[in-house]
Amino acid sequence: MPRWGMVIDLNKCTGCGACVVACKTELNVAIVGPEESGKGRTMLCMDIFTFYEGEFPNVKTRHMPRPCFHCDNPPCTKVCPVRATYRNEEGLVTQIYPQCIGCRYCQVACPYTVKFFNWSKPEWPKEMRKALNPDVSVRPDGVVEKCTFCVHRLQKAREQVAVENRELEEGDYVPACVEICPTGAMYFGDLDNAKHAVNKLKRSHRAFQVMEDLGTEPKVYYLSEMEIE
Amino acid sequence: MADSHQTFFEDEELIRPIEQTGPGFYATVVVLLCVIAFAGYTYVRQVIYGLGVTGLAQPVSWGFYIINFVFFIGISHAGTLISAILRLSKAEWRRPITRMAEVITAIVLAIGGLHPILDLGRPDRMLHLFTDGRLQSPLLWDVTSITAYFAASTVYLYIPMIPDIAILRDRGIKPRWLYQFLSWGWQGTDHQKRVLERAINILMVMVIPIAVSVHTVISYIFAMTIQPGWHSTIFGPYFVVGAIFSGIAALLIVMIAFRKAFHLENYLKEIHFKYLSTLLLIMSILWFYFTFSEYLTAYYGHEPNEMRVILYKFFGAISPYFWLMGVCNFIIPLVILANPKTRTIPGILIASISVVIGMWLERLIIVVPSLANPRLPYPTGVYIPTLTEWSLFAGGIAVFILGYLVFAKLFPLISIWEIQEGRDHSIAEVTDRLTTYLPDQPLRKL
Repeated sequence: MPRWGMVIDLNKCTGCGACVVACKTELNVAIVGPEESGKGRTMLCMDIFTFYEGEFPNVKTRHMPRPCFHCDNPPCTKVCPVRATYRNEEGLVTQIYPQCIGCRYCQVACPYTVKFFNWSKPEWPKEMRKALNPDVSVRPDGVVEKCTFCVHRLQKAREQVAVENRELEEGDYVPACVEICPTGAMYFGDLDNAKHAVNKLKRSHRAFQVMEDLGTEPKVYYLSEMEIE
Repeated sequence: MADSHQTFFEDEELIRPIEQTGPGFYATVVVLLCVIAFAGYTYVRQVIYGLGVTGLAQPVSWGFYIINFVFFIGISHAGTLISAILRLSKAEWRRPITRMAEVITAIVLAIGGLHPILDLGRPDRMLHLFTDGRLQSPLLWDVTSITAYFAASTVYLYIPMIPDIAILRDRGIKPRWLYQFLSWGWQGTDHQKRVLERAINILMVMVIPIAVSVHTVISYIFAMTIQPGWHSTIFGPYFVVGAIFSGIAALLIVMIAFRKAFHLENYLKEIHFKYLSTLLLIMSILWFYFTFSEYLTAYYGHEPNEMRVILYKFFGAISPYFWLMGVCNFIIPLVILANPKTRTIPGILIASISVVIGMWLERLIIVVPSLANPRLPYPTGVYIPTLTEWSLFAGGIAVFILGYLVFAKLFPLISIWEIQEGRDHSIAEVTDRLTTYLPDQPLRKL
């Protein structure tokens, strides 16, 4: 059974935000206006942290894309009272939107604050309504959402592979953020499969997980930034 | 309405509020119904437009509803637990207090237990809790223990009320069918009395562990996560102590209010307030001890994420409420109640109100700061409740007052038969009991 995971090379990340945009359109994440956004209700499955170092004019910025870490030991799925969020056998932490009662306990329990809530009915500008991804359901208000590692793409890839009568290979299933990344900073694949790039990269001496000391065993690894002389 | 041929009845004062209703009652009810109607309107609006009408957002996604849930359930520990402990320890002064306490529990528990539903994004899917409930989730533990507590405490309220309902039935007070039905054929025979006593004895023992479990489990909602400020082993007992603390304060407020409104000075004497306020003082000191241990361990450990939450509480945007909590929960009750000169009924009232406010602030201080300071470098969260949350809070309090008033108009707030029993039997019983406490006297020559 594959264990899907991601590696993000911070050396290559330019902080362009393409992954954020790709994610938002791929997963039909609702758009909230500036007013709601100012209240802290922006909905993002993929976010980018920007760290500023030093004082003007010697300022340095660092960027860090942040999807859901799809922990192997997720604190969020433990507390769900209705089985609306769970970790499937391939390690993906998924959310069943029609099952979610909107208690937000998973959101509160996540140490990485990656889950978010539909505070109001989702709305899209008229021009964008026909651009919604037909493979992904549009969520109603009152449920918790999260990054799914584009699990619908996995289903599609499985069907494609079955038609072509071959095994699932690296590159058949890639989330939208990884696909779009213009600098190739993001890698995706089976962490346990030696043929996949992520398997090798996660063992790099630069590799780290965010807050590994919590014991959540995230399946997103980062390759730390190195100074280039 | 009392019939002229009625024989002399000593505790006439306890039944008078049921037989006579003044205009003040109706005026209060109308005001309360207005508050409740407005709360209903804001709730319907919230269901239609989503939780966006509240002040909740990322990362503070739990706010007033969860705070009030913990607060109301805390108040509910007034009743049953205190009355059960006093009954169990054979404290004779409990007699006029127990029922007033138990009524608080039954009403507040119903209000508090419904609060998580206000908080749900999809209340229409609430039944998933029963059809697909995961017993691994602390929320399910809550559902289980709160329903158990509600069942136990309503039965514990009702059973000792049967002889009093029979008194009302025999006096022919309307609605007769209600008292006829609820008195369950009570005739006061010896057999019935024995069964009643036995039932009360079983219930009071059973209700104590259930009551303790309820607030422990509520603390587990927070303590079971790994969030800084919540993941603490003392949360269970800390919450139970806080619950009993706020419960006693609420009970004292209710007692003082009804003593004044129903002229119960003859029944609720100063001694009752003195004893209960001593309990309140002890709980205040105990609360301080728990709070001190909780913060000292976290502060001394100096773990960065814990420190961020602690510094936010001590000096951050929420710090005025934090320090006010300390003043309300510890300093004011300590100053007022430790001094015999200020330990009068008005003084006790001030201390109790201060404790209820302080305990509400404590729930705020527990829920919000941990959420406002996520571990990853997000900006610190801001939570400003909107009119929706305030009106639902006011609605909750109004439902409580209305429920209590309606109860007081239907049933005697002070157990008549227990007072009579105290008068008829207890003096002899206590004297007998006292002699058994004393060392056996060697036979003296007369």
